[in-house]
Amino acid sequence: MYDFAYHKPSSLAEATRLLAADPDAKAISGGHTLLPALKHRLNRPTALVDLSGISEMQGIRREGDALVIGALTKHEAVARSSEVKSAIPALVFLAQHIGDTQVRNRGTIGGSVANNDPAADYPAAVLGLGATVRTSRREIPADEFFLGMFTTALEPDEILTAISFPIPEKAGYAKMRNPASRYVMAGAFVSKGKMGVRVAINGAGPCVFRQTEMEAALAANWSPEAVAGIKQSASGLNSDIHGSAEYRAHLVSVMAKRAVQSAG
Amino acid sequence: MNVVQPFEGIGASVRRKEDRRFLSGRGQYTDDINRPGQLYAHILRSPHAHARITGIDTAAARAMPGVEAIYTSADMASVGGIPCGWQIHNKDGTPMAEPKHPVLAEGKVRHVGDPVAVVVATTRQQARDAAEAIEVGYDVLTAAANLAQAQALGAPAVHDDVPSNLCYDWHIGEKAAVDAAFAQAAHRVVFETTNNRLVPNAMEPRSAIGDFDATTGEHTLWTTSQNPHVIRLLMGAFVLNLPESKLRVVAPDVGGGFGSKIYHYAEEAIVTWAAHKLARPVKWTSDRTEAFMSDAHGRDHVTRAELALDKDGKFLALHVQTQANMGAYLSTFAPCVPTYLYATLLAGVYATPAIYAEVKAVFTHTVPVDAYRGAGRPEASYLLERLVDVAAKQCGFDKVELRRKNFISTDAFPYQTPVALQYDSGDYFSTLDQALETSGWAGFEARRAEAKARGRLRGIGISTYLEACGIAPSAVVGSLGARAGLYEVGTIRVHPTGSVTVLTGAHSHGQGHETTFAQLVADKLGVPIAQVEIVHGDTAKVPFGMGTYGSRSLAVGGSAMDKAMDKIIAKGKRIAAHLMEASVEDVEFERGTFRVAGTDKTKALAEISLAAYVPHNYPIEELEPGLEETAFYDPKNFTYPGGCHIAEVEIEPETGRVQMVNFTAVDDVGRVINPMIVEGQVQGGVAQGIGQALLEACVYDEAGQLVSASMMDYCLPRAEDLAPVSVATHTTLCTHNPLGVKGCGEVGAIGSPPAVINAVVDALRDYGVEHVEMPATPQKIWSILHRQQS
Ligand SMILES: Cc1cc2nc3c(=O)[nH]c(=O)nc-3n(C[C@H](O)[C@H](O)[C@H](O)COP(=O)(O)OP(=O)(O)OC[C@H]3O[C@@H](n4cnc5c(N)ncnc54)[C@H](O)[C@@H]3O)c2cc1C
Repeated sequence: MYDFAYHKPSSLAEATRLLAADPDAKAISGGHTLLPALKHRLNRPTALVDLSGISEMQGIRREGDALVIGALTKHEAVARSSEVKSAIPALVFLAQHIGDTQVRNRGTIGGSVANNDPAADYPAAVLGLGATVRTSRREIPADEFFLGMFTTALEPDEILTAISFPIPEKAGYAKMRNPASRYVMAGAFVSKGKMGVRVAINGAGPCVFRQTEMEAALAANWSPEAVAGIKQSASGLNSDIHGSAEYRAHLVSVMAKRAVQSAG
Repeated sequence: MNVVQPFEGIGASVRRKEDRRFLSGRGQYTDDINRPGQLYAHILRSPHAHARITGIDTAAARAMPGVEAIYTSADMASVGGIPCGWQIHNKDGTPMAEPKHPVLAEGKVRHVGDPVAVVVATTRQQARDAAEAIEVGYDVLTAAANLAQAQALGAPAVHDDVPSNLCYDWHIGEKAAVDAAFAQAAHRVVFETTNNRLVPNAMEPRSAIGDFDATTGEHTLWTTSQNPHVIRLLMGAFVLNLPESKLRVVAPDVGGGFGSKIYHYAEEAIVTWAAHKLARPVKWTSDRTEAFMSDAHGRDHVTRAELALDKDGKFLALHVQTQANMGAYLSTFAPCVPTYLYATLLAGVYATPAIYAEVKAVFTHTVPVDAYRGAGRPEASYLLERLVDVAAKQCGFDKVELRRKNFISTDAFPYQTPVALQYDSGDYFSTLDQALETSGWAGFEARRAEAKARGRLRGIGISTYLEACGIAPSAVVGSLGARAGLYEVGTIRVHPTGSVTVLTGAHSHGQGHETTFAQLVADKLGVPIAQVEIVHGDTAKVPFGMGTYGSRSLAVGGSAMDKAMDKIIAKGKRIAAHLMEASVEDVEFERGTFRVAGTDKTKALAEISLAAYVPHNYPIEELEPGLEETAFYDPKNFTYPGGCHIAEVEIEPETGRVQMVNFTAVDDVGRVINPMIVEGQVQGGVAQGIGQALLEACVYDEAGQLVSASMMDYCLPRAEDLAPVSVATHTTLCTHNPLGVKGCGEVGAIGSPPAVINAVVDALRDYGVEHVEMPATPQKIWSILHRQQS
């Protein structure tokens, strides 16, 4: 990796100031996406602003009928949280199945959502539950947050601080993993509750998206069979040596069905 | 007292002596070694598959911090090309095409990863930074990225002096006999397949350190090698022109090789040469990405085979036509892999009377391909064992009975095949029966029905494979084109107090030699393994050696040690006879004790060794002091392990995912020295075989870019991809080496892939599927099912 300056601020304000002062500085949380990119010399920030010392971004708590997870919360912490388990068990399942033990003990929900890798897990939950993304300067509804491949509504010096998940009546997640990388090849997060019926698809396309045809079918009839027959169009989906767009399109229906099954 | 615990000898599952070091992180691997004043080399590699180099501007890079030197091929004009260790001859008797393999690209780059320039700097990072500042002008040319492209009309030539891209067009066997048999055949079965290209991926990446001592003129190379003496010979004699006496090659702890660390690589010559030039030690260590584009790859065949059977299913003849990808340059042993390690294995365990095989080796704009665990034999067993299944299905025979009917009978040994090899021993019926029993073959249909009720397609597959290892008789391989002998060397040094140091030319990089070899000494000389030290991997310590590959360490290296121990015993008897005032003929030796036959007069080995080193009362007139003996052992034949592997899989039709559910291996590896180590070797090999069958594919795109250049895209097996692997052995002894051993390092990777694919095809039997190419990925299975359904 190239040389860079290293800062470890202890407050959100200080972190924001550091990022605003240097357009080529980058935030780092768990580092499990950013560090491999640095090691491969794919990225050349002038400075890293390590967010891990900011206490305002920690913790899992209930706020009324929402579950709020601090951006620095590690995947493993979500996977083991009784708070999350009682509120949104599908989120525990999702966190348990990210990467491997090492990844889950370093990677954070904030880093994952801010990064918006098309093959990442959390974006499906954020969109599929209709969550709200809290940042250093505002609140952004999930529907306005994920803009495209590795692109979000975050400004360069804007820090994701927490995610507020409305607690659904039902929710479920299913994914097919890429055999090599174990990231998501196609996944579906489904939920039903005060945000309505939502179906978010990850892995299959360049960015997580809502499958509205499936949402309508589930709104009319919440059952695995309701989505099993709905075919996702392959057009615009990702294609690589592990899965063609057609295969991914097929998997979308299978994963949506399984997600509904697991939601009960 | 040197009385051996019986459980430490041959047949005992003693724990591996070396594991304490490895498991506690105290192994000394090449990259762990640092020399005073050491510099770091970074290799700038080609991003293109095929391009003309129009210029290399190093001026900016030279001015960067820490840079000591930058070298291109122009600087290394006095350095020879990397030699190839095996010469194959064409059908017409002419030698194969052997284009130059320069250490650094000369004028052209021929694969992604081809080394172009070397930066030597104070730190690794500085070397890498400077490499990015080198400006290389490339005139990008069309690439021949695969076998088909390289043989198409008007294909770009990988080497200007080989316009056809054909390295050789070779054959073996009797074409006329095969043609005649086909004319008589009741059934003719054609099978076409691709054997997928693999990347070995040893856990430890390659590394090399060059050092030069100006006071003695001695060069030292530490390297991740399976055969340091071979590297000394090849690099000293052909590349750098250094006498052996001034070149020491050390291969310390090595973290896996699987073949990929047999070969002499450019980086070894680069660091040795640069260390001399700069009078400073120079280290290079590969990273994983670099390994994908510079370690020799494995397999990569395209084959058409046709089998002739009579009406009862007896095999009459086999005709095989194979194209083998050599990559851009000939790696050390590349030419022999698809010929003498492949086509000679096409009889397998079957008494097929006539076989004719034709092999075309082709240059492409890809990383060189060479031996990878099994080397040629996995390709042969895969072809045969799939072909037999296809034949059984097409002609309506039971796949087990068809195999049994064609097995070489147990009383037919020695058995001469139509493709050069003479098998010394085997019992294919017993390994088959035992595997059928262990795997519950007879009860499979009930398991399939139960799986179906769960929505899964369950299949079972069998492979009755054979391989040839323990390479190899020097005169035989010499006549076949090898440019080296393939004997092994062992020295037994019995110290004054009776402990033993063994020097062996074999090299351990995961196999457990420090334990197995010590067990040989414990068994024969009665010395506890704790008092036996195995020394390997250093040309300054071990007299000579040909190294470890082709499952040869025990069969050849162990036999050399055994012969050296015979010499120790013979000398010991003479000393014992003197001390006990008996005649030599009357002295017997067994496990550490010399005895005058029929008496209770005995001397322990330690008493004899003490007398040998303190020769006060000693037959000094007729016997030299000391107790150390060296033996060179040249094997009389290959060894022929074989056996039966049975795989059971379940397919999830919705996603196409194949789940291994069971794996049974019953192997005949000859005499077993340490059953636990054998089990580990077989399981590791099976894991790699399952990797080839279900997961691993090295993919180049049409332009010759390496698409699967990291673990993100190249899928190595993980624990959850495997199934419980039950390992058992059924022994017939090798008849021609003193230990009766055959070798177990590669059987897992050789026997398993066809068993797995046969199981996959069986799982899909209701869908009219004839064949599934490796790797049987979810996408591939889904596409097949999807096509059948629509
Ligand atoms: C081997 C491996 C396997 C993996 N498998 C999976 C998988 O199966 N599924 C999956 O979803 N993920 C997987 N990951 C990714 C892992 O979950 C990452 O840790 C996660 O995506 C990013 O989180 P992080 O905290 O590591 O972010 P970092 O790497 O620290 O940062 C990632 C990016 O987000 C930015 N960033 C970080 N935090 C913030 C913030 N609070 N506000 C604004 N910007 C921020 C950074 O500047 C950077 O651009 C895997 C990673 C590895 C190494």
